[in-house]
Amino acid sequence: MTTVGDIEVGQSLPAQEFPIVRADLVRYAGASGDFNPIHWNERFATAVGLPDVIAHGMYTMAVAIRVVTDWTGDPGSVVEYGVRFTRPVVVPDPDGAVLRVTGTVREIRADGDVAVDLVATVNGETVLAKARAVVRPR
Amino acid sequence: MPLDQSFIGRTYPPTPPYEVGREKIREFAEAIGDPNPVYRSQAAAQELGYEDVIAPPTFAIILTLKAGHQVVLDPELGVDYARVVHGEQRFVHVRPIRAGDLLQVVVTVADIRAAAGNDLVSTRSEVSTVAGEPVTTAYSTIVVRGAAA
Repeated sequence: MTTVGDIEVGQSLPAQEFPIVRADLVRYAGASGDFNPIHWNERFATAVGLPDVIAHGMYTMAVAIRVVTDWTGDPGSVVEYGVRFTRPVVVPDPDGAVLRVTGTVREIRADGDVAVDLVATVNGETVLAKARAVVRPR
Repeated sequence: MPLDQSFIGRTYPPTPPYEVGREKIREFAEAIGDPNPVYRSQAAAQELGYEDVIAPPTFAIILTLKAGHQVVLDPELGVDYARVVHGEQRFVHVRPIRAGDLLQVVVTVADIRAAAGNDLVSTRSEVSTVAGEPVTTAYSTIVVRGAAA
């Protein structure tokens, strides 16, 4: 567990890369209950004007917070987490995509809460904007 | 035609109780590829001070997505579901969701507005135990893509 004493504003969290393939989206659809066919059916996705099957925004969001939860060791310390979905993560079969996530400590508040900014990119393009988490060390 | 803004402030009835199971938490953790033992092992969770396994930070979407369908699929509001994409999502947690929780969701329409030819619908979903203990608030904005887009 990272304690407040170890944390400094501007500090980088260990960056991570997450490969995403079609099977991941099928599994996430099942676990989350979001069976929108744009996330698994290429014919449907292209028919509604998408370049190919795209990842659930919520899948990308769930994976990206790993940079924070792996850093703190305690996922329950995340008291706030928000993102804006700016660009779809296109997941072609069979190659998939690679999500790269970095994090930076933006602020340590008077009450000890730590605000973290995340940057999530695929092929160098930002896929989540305003991706921010607040961690409350326990 | 833009969506009816008189829906702003409308609150839907509480959802039926959802019982959070250990295996559902494990399944969700597997699906997001997260090997953290606190999602799988009661002993690991207890080492961190939790009485049982806790759920990942975005787990509540399982409940709030379904609860939000009350709004998105409300025939009176008339959203074209085929044109819906997710715009924004935020969770504010009072405490982590944990195995054994019996949860309900109350959804309120927070905002409806038009922007750049699209309709934006924002909701606030209050997740609490059926006993009334607040657990999580989920804020969601969906974008209904305009026909011309």
